[in-house]
Amino acid sequence: MPQENKPSSVPPKKDKQEARRDFLKQSSAVMALALAPPLVLKAAQHDEAIAAVFEKMPVNLEINGKKMQLSVEPRVTLLDLLREQLALTGTKKGCDHGQCGACTVHVNGQRINSCLTLAVMQEGKKITTIEGLSSGDQLHPVQEAFIRHDGFQCGYCTPGQIMSAVACLHEGHAGSPEQIREFMSGNICRCGAYDNIVNAIMDVKNGGQIA
Amino acid sequence: MKKQQTGQPMNRVDGRLKVTGGAKYFADHQPADMQYAALVCSTISCGAIASINTTKALRAPGVADIVSHLNAPPVPGYKKTNPGDKNGLQIFRDNRIYSNGQPVAIVVANTMERAVYAASLVEVQYNQETHYTNMEASMDKAFQNNRMKDYSRGEINAWQKAPVTHSAQYTIPLEVHNPMELAGIIAHWTSPDTLTLYAKTQGVKSVQETIQELFEIPEQNITVHSRFVGGAFGMALRVWPLEIATILAAKKIRKPVKLVITREQMFTLVGYRPNSSQTISMGATADGKLTGITHEAVAITSPYEDFTEGIVAMTKFMYDCPNVNTRYQLVPLNMSTPIWMRGPGEATGSFALESAIDELSYKLKIDPLQLRILNHADTDPERNLPFSSKYLKEAYQIGAEKIGWSSRNPAPRSMQENGMLAGYGMSSGTFGAYRGKATVSAILKADGTLTLQSAAADIGPGTATAMVQIAADVTGISPDKITFMLGESSFPYAPEQGGSATVSTVGSAVSDVCHTLLKELANLAISQVPAFKQTTPEQIIYEDGQLITADRQTKITHEALLQQQKLPEVKVTATSQGGEERKKYSMYSFSVHFAKVHVHPTTGVVRIQHIVSVADAGAIVNTKTARSQMIGGVVGGIGMALTEEAILDHRFGRFVNNNYADYHVPVNADTPPTDVYFVNKKDPYINPMGSKGLGEIALIGFAAAVSNAVFHATGIRVRDLPITPDKLLHITSTENTNT
Repeated sequence: MPQENKPSSVPPKKDKQEARRDFLKQSSAVMALALAPPLVLKAAQHDEAIAAVFEKMPVNLEINGKKMQLSVEPRVTLLDLLREQLALTGTKKGCDHGQCGACTVHVNGQRINSCLTLAVMQEGKKITTIEGLSSGDQLHPVQEAFIRHDGFQCGYCTPGQIMSAVACLHEGHAGSPEQIREFMSGNICRCGAYDNIVNAIMDVKNGGQIA
Repeated sequence: MKKQQTGQPMNRVDGRLKVTGGAKYFADHQPADMQYAALVCSTISCGAIASINTTKALRAPGVADIVSHLNAPPVPGYKKTNPGDKNGLQIFRDNRIYSNGQPVAIVVANTMERAVYAASLVEVQYNQETHYTNMEASMDKAFQNNRMKDYSRGEINAWQKAPVTHSAQYTIPLEVHNPMELAGIIAHWTSPDTLTLYAKTQGVKSVQETIQELFEIPEQNITVHSRFVGGAFGMALRVWPLEIATILAAKKIRKPVKLVITREQMFTLVGYRPNSSQTISMGATADGKLTGITHEAVAITSPYEDFTEGIVAMTKFMYDCPNVNTRYQLVPLNMSTPIWMRGPGEATGSFALESAIDELSYKLKIDPLQLRILNHADTDPERNLPFSSKYLKEAYQIGAEKIGWSSRNPAPRSMQENGMLAGYGMSSGTFGAYRGKATVSAILKADGTLTLQSAAADIGPGTATAMVQIAADVTGISPDKITFMLGESSFPYAPEQGGSATVSTVGSAVSDVCHTLLKELANLAISQVPAFKQTTPEQIIYEDGQLITADRQTKITHEALLQQQKLPEVKVTATSQGGEERKKYSMYSFSVHFAKVHVHPTTGVVRIQHIVSVADAGAIVNTKTARSQMIGGVVGGIGMALTEEAILDHRFGRFVNNNYADYHVPVNADTPPTDVYFVNKKDPYINPMGSKGLGEIALIGFAAAVSNAVFHATGIRVRDLPITPDKLLHITSTENTNT
């Protein structure tokens, strides 16, 4: 079951209240003081309910065509929101530092590493994950080409590779095998399926399925 | 007519799940009320924990508990051994610190972010002691494990008397498996003695066994799920301390707990290929016949375990040489324990052996390929047995032809292309072709579908796909009606996926159980269907999901047969293992790698232009997935040859490049087009399919092919991997010194 994603309506236990106040005091000491409106801060020190709201922020996202009103802690990455709170586990975590590409998704049609952006930074954006790439039983041409060319082994980097490959084609960076190798180098495949990935993308490109 | 399914390039049966995000890896599971864990790891490399202050961390929002040696639930299995016995790191047993990054506490909270934050608030004080992480500086600690005794045949150090000799030292740095999927586990105690695990493992049964030994609960109370594994390359061949830590935390808080470690922690918690130093000395007659080889290797291990692998294995039997002696020693350092990494010790050993053969060939002025053929071992000189099958010479021939070996100028630094120094290199590899014991159950349903189950694993090679093909060939059932299920501890026993043995071991059991199933169906038809009364199981033809009489006059489908008898299903189980053939034959797979490189004359940057790899791996079950395994091994080999090196700062015993940005695994642009060829001839003895292993030989030997090509291009011999540009910087001032 996905993690609960709504502001808590149940008052927390007393020890937790103390903990939360402690946390807020700490935060305020280091950074919140400078950033939070004084009124909110003052209220937070006295009202645990407000504290819960203070920790989470509302964010509106359109994920795989579905409009969602969410409430998340500001420190939650887009990747962790997708995986842990929305159960969209097709997007993978490989490094959490934007070094491997396993978490690649599309934001307004552009590929990004979802581990490198906070969910709250994507307000109003359209997010597409591997789960939203195709509709119904019909696979996206790139997905089909990956199966045909065996563009994977363990399959863990595959969602990121495919999201990147689709974008690579749309960007016009699939002109030659050499160009594909360059523009797909942000997506590591430790099983080493690179040759097959390049062939899959070339196949889609040559088949004219993506302009 | 029946279409043969093995040998076909069939698409993966789980391909659709992998391209849609539907494949569930361990961390994708979310049991109700799941909690998240984060580790606190040691910042010293040797010593003891003096104190752990969790006050602040426990007061952080959402924290459920913090478990360490101070409050961990007991692990009954620890009592079987004494602290200090070489039985691995017994997590949270006491306050000893053996290596940097060793987990000292595990923090559990109700969100991942909260667990990670709270872990940063745990304050640990240490009593620090002197640590040792530098192998070269710790050679006085070298010792020999009794698993790896000195080997010799003929005269010891006979190479010294040869007219032409070569002796050199080869070093390989510490390399890290770094599969894309981060390690971790989800642990859930559903009752005080019942445990469910979602694990990243190469063998669910071995996880079950380890947990049973440690926690002393009945085997059937331990459920391990591991259907999809995001790569492993050897690192998931055992249960690691981080998994036990999570299981202990879950026991304490009585909720499911998930731990996913960080990329940085992948360098210290789940093994690595140990750094090693090898000296190879060899002698030959003037016409190139080897007379003696001496191979001495030293590699590192942890303070609490002796890790050994086949570093000197290949040297003992690869060449027909009357005098061979080997020695293998370990140096214990303040490091975690290594674990077999693809091609394990043989990948390490082959770099030294196949580089040395290349060096000797230049001294002899004999083509390196020719020198290998000249010393080809027709029978196994180590065991004095014939090989069950060996098509190495054919593999040499295919590779040489495809890369254009004969058109190269054999002199080093003699070829240029587009302003680059060009060179060709080759090498060979070998790995044992194994067959273990496995059990498979087969369920034929009245709708004609066949389901096979075994606790096998698939870390990427495509286990289920190969098994479906094998089953289709035996039963004559169409592959789309066959399902092979794996990765569940509740299924019949299969060993870990390792040592390139899954097709051989589990495939044999699939073949056997399918034969058993057909016999069952035949007996059913003979006893119940009039037209089959006069026939025997051997006479019946099995095609397209039907039983057909020998005269082809009568057919009955599996569906009709079961439905007539009102049977919802027929279930059979078979256990399979090899027999006496292992004592009569020496069984090995072989590979040959050819590489063409360009080296930039000013900067020393090496770019591989073309690769041809050839495998003698017996009959190939799936030419598509087998090719993928080969190119995958080659990519791993490119990393080993050119980029991969985990660097320690010995002052602190810590890695300085413990992430994907600084530890360079090959990316798409680093890899050239790779041509893969298979000799594809059945081994007559190993198993019913005639298949030998493939996963290891794809990588074994590869690094030497690149190093040999770099020498041919530049005249510079790099004996210290990886071949980074700095090692070729004196390129412009170097002439052909080694010819």
